[in-house]
Amino acid sequence: MHTTPEPPRPAKRHRNWDEVPRWQIYLPLGIYLLFTLIPFYWILLFSLRPAGSTSLVPWPMTFDHFEKVWTERSFGTYFQNSVLVGVVTLLMTTLVALAGGYALARFNFRIKRAFMLGLLCSQFVPGALLLVPLFEIFAELQMINSLGSVIIAETVFQLPLSMILISNFIKNVPYSLEEAAWVDGCNRMTAFRIVVLPLLRPGLIAVGSFAFVHSWNHFLFALMFLNNQEKQTIPVGLNTLMGADSVDLGALAAGGIIAAVPVVIVFAFIQKWLITGFSAGAVKG
Amino acid sequence: MAQAAAVAKPPTPPRRRRASATPRRLPYLLIAPAALLMLGFIAYPVIGVFYYSLQEYNPTKPWRNGFAGLDNFVHAFTEDPLFWDTLVFSAKWVFVEVGLQLLFGLALALIVNQTFVGRALGRALVFSPWAVSGVLTSAIWVLLYNSQTGITRYLADAGIGSYGTSWLSDTSTVFPAAIVADLWRGVPFFAILILADLQSVSKDLYEAAEVDGASRIKQFWHITLPHLKDAIVLSTLLRAVWEFNNVDLLYTLTGGGPAGVTTTLPLYIANTSVDAHNFGYASALTTVAFVILLFCSVVYLRLSKFGGEDK
Repeated sequence: MHTTPEPPRPAKRHRNWDEVPRWQIYLPLGIYLLFTLIPFYWILLFSLRPAGSTSLVPWPMTFDHFEKVWTERSFGTYFQNSVLVGVVTLLMTTLVALAGGYALARFNFRIKRAFMLGLLCSQFVPGALLLVPLFEIFAELQMINSLGSVIIAETVFQLPLSMILISNFIKNVPYSLEEAAWVDGCNRMTAFRIVVLPLLRPGLIAVGSFAFVHSWNHFLFALMFLNNQEKQTIPVGLNTLMGADSVDLGALAAGGIIAAVPVVIVFAFIQKWLITGFSAGAVKG
Repeated sequence: MAQAAAVAKPPTPPRRRRASATPRRLPYLLIAPAALLMLGFIAYPVIGVFYYSLQEYNPTKPWRNGFAGLDNFVHAFTEDPLFWDTLVFSAKWVFVEVGLQLLFGLALALIVNQTFVGRALGRALVFSPWAVSGVLTSAIWVLLYNSQTGITRYLADAGIGSYGTSWLSDTSTVFPAAIVADLWRGVPFFAILILADLQSVSKDLYEAAEVDGASRIKQFWHITLPHLKDAIVLSTLLRAVWEFNNVDLLYTLTGGGPAGVTTTLPLYIANTSVDAHNFGYASALTTVAFVILLFCSVVYLRLSKFGGEDK
């Protein structure tokens, strides 16, 4: 819009904050954008150019790596498993956190402080360090090699933060709206569904997508609880591509692209909600 | 807001409302699923870790299993140099990583908070690595750092450096190389959190400062930064805890190597339990890590006077 820097005029002084010189925005942003995009370009390049090529443009283009990874390296199966884990984790986290968050936002009850303290403390519990006892629990429940174990573990470790976020979102919805609905004859559940839920949409999208992206990316639970290759998820598949002595870079790149696509798509759609979602519900309670 | 609503609402008899819509048990029912899940899959395993930390417990050496008292802890503090090495590296890793993430994240948030042409696209692009994490970040940077076909090759083509160097397998370059890889996904995360909070700074404050003739730098120090303080304190703490605990990236990027120089304490614990099956010792190390985290967090929150005057 304003490409030429304007001389400071007293009449416009109050808008000075919005008028940082353009180069002070575009130059650092451009540099940062390079840092962000070169790695993405690199992986795209490796996934599309034939093995052995050193060209810096993916031409001639080949989809062999994708085909190979998808069929020979079972990424088709991994993909299905990851989608299942991601979607179920998303639903469970959102539902359980919604119920809990509502209780925290709207009621005072005896164990509330203890419960909040538990939520905070759980942030210090390193999931990776609970691998062994968790493994034993899932073994006891006969859930080793079932995706259920990963779904439960992911959900549990998403819950504390999700619940705090959702309860903050709910606090931002005026209580009087709900009360008005009760006066009009709704019961608590209906009032919640009709009045509160629609206003929570940005928050729920933020929390749900967080849960999805986290479970999609997370690695150790799946590595630990799923021994059967048929049950593995994408990050574990990627790790096996990296672990080999002679790394097949084309396959690794193609696998990486397959792993990135769903989260990048999710991210592109939710970006707008994410920021409003956070500013409404995040750090300040 | 709650008080305002209470004042504004028509006087409905509170007793009837409680009787019809708010049974006593409702809040307990609502938190029950979350509470049960967390008790079963966080609290119970944590207790398990504390219990095992006092045991000699190694399925591959069952004849030695049994109560060990504080032996595991004594061993860690007095006889295990690896424990100290990994602890020092963890501190270094978290300190450098989170410090840089905060610095760059804040700068990035300030930039994309401005109004400029292409802002939506710019935001989406610079934030996109946030969605990518752990193993995928490793995969990407393994490709970039590859000694045969990575950027070093192209740098060498251009006359910078030499062919065949791999930044990930040289003890002198692996630390910065891993830091840069982790910054790539960590900075956007910080920037998103800070940006969210930036948007709630009242524009009036800046306008008032403007009228008083405060420079932009002064405005940043006296308006923006104080406003962001709580968000920065909390996100830095959370990020530090996550960076400390997260093993995905280093496990897959460097595997803790070369020669163990990038092994964090949690990574050492994972190796001790998953590979060496020394569950008792790993649990003791976990307990130590947990105590250190808790202690540092409390000190940090105290020092930064988190929450300030409200509440």
